[in-house]
Amino acid sequence: MINKTQKLNPKLFDLQIEQEAIRDGFGRGLVTAGETNEQVVALCADLTESTRIEAFAKKFPDRFIQVGVAEQNLVTVASGLATMGKIPFAASYAMFSPGRNWEQIRTTICYNNVPVKIVGAHAGVSVGPDGGTHQAIEDMALMRVLPRMTVVVPADSLEAEKATLALADSGGPAYIRLARNKSAVITTEASPFELGRAEVLFDSDEPAALIIACGQMVYFSLLAAKKLEAEGVAVSVINLHTIKPLDKATVIKYARQAGAVVTVEEHQVAGGMGGAVAEMLAAEAPVPVEFLGIQDQFGQSGEPGELLEHYSLGVKDIIMAVKKVIERKNV
Amino acid sequence: METLTDEKIELLTETANNIRQSIIGSLLEARSGHTAGPLGMSDIFTALYFHILRHDPARPDWPDRDRLVLSNGHICPVYYATLAHAGYFPVAELKTLRRFGSRLQGHPHREFLPYLETSSGPLGSGLSQACGMALADRMDHGLTSDRYIYALLSDGELEEGNTWEAVMLAGKYGLSNLITIIDRNGIQIDGFTKDIMPLEPLAEKFDSFNWHVVEIDGHNFEEIVAAVGEAQAVFGRPTVIIAHTIPGRGVKAFERQYEWHGKPPSEEEGKKALAELRTLNGKIKSEND
Ligand SMILES: Cc1ncc(C[n+]2csc(CCOP(=O)(O)OP(=O)(O)O)c2C)c(N)n1
Ligand SMILES: [Mg+2]
Repeated sequence: MINKTQKLNPKLFDLQIEQEAIRDGFGRGLVTAGETNEQVVALCADLTESTRIEAFAKKFPDRFIQVGVAEQNLVTVASGLATMGKIPFAASYAMFSPGRNWEQIRTTICYNNVPVKIVGAHAGVSVGPDGGTHQAIEDMALMRVLPRMTVVVPADSLEAEKATLALADSGGPAYIRLARNKSAVITTEASPFELGRAEVLFDSDEPAALIIACGQMVYFSLLAAKKLEAEGVAVSVINLHTIKPLDKATVIKYARQAGAVVTVEEHQVAGGMGGAVAEMLAAEAPVPVEFLGIQDQFGQSGEPGELLEHYSLGVKDIIMAVKKVIERKNV
Repeated sequence: METLTDEKIELLTETANNIRQSIIGSLLEARSGHTAGPLGMSDIFTALYFHILRHDPARPDWPDRDRLVLSNGHICPVYYATLAHAGYFPVAELKTLRRFGSRLQGHPHREFLPYLETSSGPLGSGLSQACGMALADRMDHGLTSDRYIYALLSDGELEEGNTWEAVMLAGKYGLSNLITIIDRNGIQIDGFTKDIMPLEPLAEKFDSFNWHVVEIDGHNFEEIVAAVGEAQAVFGRPTVIIAHTIPGRGVKAFERQYEWHGKPPSEEEGKKALAELRTLNGKIKSEND
């Protein structure tokens, strides 16, 4: 059942649930961060409107740098700003940043240990018609292998807003992953959020499986959990908004309780959130795991819903994976 | 290259107009995609595929064909429309642009459409690939090769470091079999190029990297063809043709505005645009024909 302490949107299972793009929450959060802390600055590489950095740029024109179509410059200039005490948010599409400028992020941001926040918009196949060149499905892997990097994948726009504010204060390098399309607003202003803490959104006394998801897959996982509950299959659902550092204690506790795990992400299975979970569980609490994500393929053009279905990231795929992992547990 | 007669210019003009109509048609179906760049580059694409390039739609894998690398992949509606009108695939297929399963991906993908030499979309890496092709051609055929590698770039992607790495390399190796055409339309996503990241003096930049530079009106077929002819005659240096174009060219309401970089026309705007293009053709045919 829904975990009441999470104060989720009362319309969670309503078809009329509010929809807002995750990137919109980031845009709002950045303006608030800018109002509270004048060291917060922003940079963009010719994608001001679509990364939603525009509101900040309009409000604080003197604290905004337009670098043009130059993602390597984007993050290295940000590194320089951070060295002088600024807290830069550097935005582009995830495909180009961190897609194009990975080594610059590694050396000038993580190795230097400066608090630059990489904002990767338009991540995942839900980007839609632009096609495979624009659908970043490797970015979490690229970012989570870097020492000192915090990796955040908000589940909805309100969580993105809270995460942006938290990252402005986190003191270190960070990556925040945003999606383009409108998606369900599953949390409320009152929902708890803390960097590095996994949130248990759906709970049960004797879960047969644990679903761990991030980004908009959290909503689909909750829908699957509800359907499974109606079928008499009890599961729990974790929103793993912070992939790194991983909330080991919570994941281990709930994985042990359920004895089987399904991970769901809009990312390559290789190197993604499921990988992070499995690496940790294999060492500390081995249980069967089913991985939902992109299976070593590229994206392509299509409507977001069409593509999520094509790549087996729909509610029915989650239900099937849960049943499969429960069977594996019983062998 | 053949000589460019007045009749041929008339034919090219009509073809470019038809290509523009196809671009609008495919964007109307797709309901997303880029308008300004494709319309602005229609004349250059027409000149290339209907006069300049050595190619054969019946033999797309002909080894001796010229190679064309479209670096700024987002203008693919003009690439697709040109390939269709040139006979590579049915014009009707243009209506599938950006749809699930279509060969006409939102950005060019070679795996879907094998007539493309490269896949693109992420900006700034086309010139390097064209350099690689030019180097390979030279290894295989020496300095006397009569095959050309054409690289099409936008002005916005001149902001990418990768582009200038390639500019240096082409200068170093004197790649005279490489002909680069820049869509100098003055716009990018966030605004006018001069405001986002000034590029001028652009001709001087290329000149200082040991390139041969030609500046043309990118809507004038005589100038386009003459510039390519000049580039083919240059020895020991790569050539860049800085083609001054009008983004959105052919539809007054879309011209010269960066807002039209990445959105498709609405039904209403599209209808008007098609009517405007058809009446331009009116010099040849009346709208009611
Ligand atoms: C590496 C990379 N960074 C960013 C983008 C997003 N983007 C697509 S088009 C574009 C504007 C580039 O300007 P230009 O190519 O001159 O656009 P046009 O004249 O066709 O409007 C940008 C920033 C991209 N495709 N690739
Ligand atoms: Mg341009």
